Amino acid sequence: MPRTIVKARNLRKEFEISQTFMQKVRRQPKMKVRAVDGINFDIYEKRAMAFVGESGCGKTTVGKLVMKLLDATSGELYVKGKNITKLSDHRKLKTYRRMAQMIYQDPFSSLDPRFKVFDILEEPLLIHGIGDTIAERRAMIEKALEDVRLTPPDEFIDRYPHMLSGGQRQRVAIARCLILNPDFIVADEPVSMLDVSVRAELLNLMKDLVDSQDLTYLYITHDISTTRFFTDYIGVMYLGIIVEQGPVADVLDNPLHPYTQALLSAVPEPEPDRLDRIKEIPIKGEIPSGTNVPDGCRFHPRCPHSKEICKKKVPVEKEPAEKGHVAACHFAGEIEFKLKVAKLSEDGKVEKVEELTVDELAEE
Amino acid sequence: MSERTILDVKDLTTHYFTSKGVVKALDDASFQLKGGQSIGVAGESGCGKSTMAFSLLRMVQPPGRIVSGSIKVDGMEVTGLSEKEARSKLRWQKISMVFQGAMDIMTPVYTVGYQMREPLKYHKGLKGDKAKEICMRYLDMVDLDPELYYRYPHELSGGQKQRIIIATALLLEPDVVILDEPTTALDVVVEARIMNDLKRLKKELDNGMIFITHDLSILAEISDNLAIMYAGWIVEFGPATKIYKEPKHPYTQKLIAAIPRLRKDIDRLEYIPGAPPELTNPPSGCRFHPRCEQAFDKCTEVEPEEHVVEGVRVKCHLYEED
Repeated sequence: MPRTIVKARNLRKEFEISQTFMQKVRRQPKMKVRAVDGINFDIYEKRAMAFVGESGCGKTTVGKLVMKLLDATSGELYVKGKNITKLSDHRKLKTYRRMAQMIYQDPFSSLDPRFKVFDILEEPLLIHGIGDTIAERRAMIEKALEDVRLTPPDEFIDRYPHMLSGGQRQRVAIARCLILNPDFIVADEPVSMLDVSVRAELLNLMKDLVDSQDLTYLYITHDISTTRFFTDYIGVMYLGIIVEQGPVADVLDNPLHPYTQALLSAVPEPEPDRLDRIKEIPIKGEIPSGTNVPDGCRFHPRCPHSKEICKKKVPVEKEPAEKGHVAACHFAGEIEFKLKVAKLSEDGKVEKVEELTVDELAEE
Repeated sequence: MSERTILDVKDLTTHYFTSKGVVKALDDASFQLKGGQSIGVAGESGCGKSTMAFSLLRMVQPPGRIVSGSIKVDGMEVTGLSEKEARSKLRWQKISMVFQGAMDIMTPVYTVGYQMREPLKYHKGLKGDKAKEICMRYLDMVDLDPELYYRYPHELSGGQKQRIIIATALLLEPDVVILDEPTTALDVVVEARIMNDLKRLKKELDNGMIFITHDLSILAEISDNLAIMYAGWIVEFGPATKIYKEPKHPYTQKLIAAIPRLRKDIDRLEYIPGAPPELTNPPSGCRFHPRCEQAFDKCTEVEPEEHVVEGVRVKCHLYEED
């Protein structure tokens, strides 16, 4: 069994909402947003785990907690066996940051426009005191550029970010992470702003780095179709909790939680035979705010299979195991994944609704 | 579905005359659009998708200008119209557009109703209760509560704002609606719902839609015809079902193979090495040849003609008949 790199147990993060003057005078209780509300997950060495979900589900907060950019409210987070939730000493944090690095979504704002590529990549080396001479550092920078396939490095090393394309910038951002030789990278929507073909190239590169650099990834995305190619495990988040997690193929082919099922039925696929059919999305409304989390199962107000028990009892999720596929639902495993497809008539009225399994739909 | 041709574009060419040279953003684009049908336009950033849309609306900003070609909307020639005529006859009445990032263009200080009413007021002189009634009917049509008419933009979610923008674009019953990346900033669930509504509206209103995006998965849901653009050229044009199943142009083949699949295990994604060319000085011959795996001598020298293969128009030397 591979070694666990990141292990989270009952991890929580609450944000307090600032109060107006009158609210303070009236001593009203502070409102809290439960951004991450007790989650458990394991990320194994040289594996990638994806976190997916709608905006506001807390996936970015998880990434920031793991990077120690935010302090957890409660719960434990172990990275390579060490509990990092209590880490506050400046020097220890610095050592930790050498081990864990982050790639941001927007390569247009994550690179300083006044720095050349050389300066961008030298900065982490200077901060961590790596490389004694400038020649030594230059050699390291050239190697990092080669690792992200910006070759020949000489051609890119003296450029400013505005002289690079979006894909090249994101490579520089990846090189900036790699130069510290980290064990672990948090990638927050690294390809969502790039063109299809550049996206494919970058995902290939990031996947290759797993083996060549012994990397482990936490990959945050809203684009579920990229997870199957890039990651090994997936966690589906809803309103601060992981509603379902497991190996990526298991979750995508056989989703257990009604929320995952709804999410998957909404993903567009490049199959052109669906022109006069609409896919019915089996959930109602929009994601509630984190200040006002529903009782019982927090998905029940939007769930098409909601029963009495869902309103009262919080479903418990089992401990994640290496091959385990678990869902936080009272009826996990009992609800079959079906896509509701409605046919449209010539004048745009819904004619008949069919229920199809994924296989049936693929066969047509 | 009617068989009337509502948009007929022939050899449309739009260039930008910059100090660094002429940017050939759109060259010889031709296509037709029928009522109740839609065209999906796909391609990388900078391939001329948006220039094409702006040309159709006669909104190309200087130093850009339509150099040649013709655009006929419902029989009316558009390229010769003066700015004043374009404003009173063409925009929003014949062709309307949902711009990229449209949900950020609503003014926060006015109500939804105030902003929706504007086209009715300026184009049709409708005011007060009459305008309100029409706006509410269209809000209902895009599956929104008509009461949103009284709300301010900050009270709405991204999906609701996007729907309002779409409703506003439909308000004057235009023949053609252009949608430029209408769902990119939205979550999958909201995106799927909006796509469902668009499919329904297309049939209900019997107008034409031009759908611009770089996401081929979404285009598959809505386009009858597909136009693949590369470096200012339409390199492949034809029925979407045919192009997805059997892409002809090497560029299209790569583009479709680059999409990560949800229900299929893939070891490696295909990608196109290199970057799209600078359009001030595009490569000689076929503009795609420096990145094309199947390129041969002729591709570097001679600009390919358009060939019709099984009902699909392809601009590539591979399909030349001897």
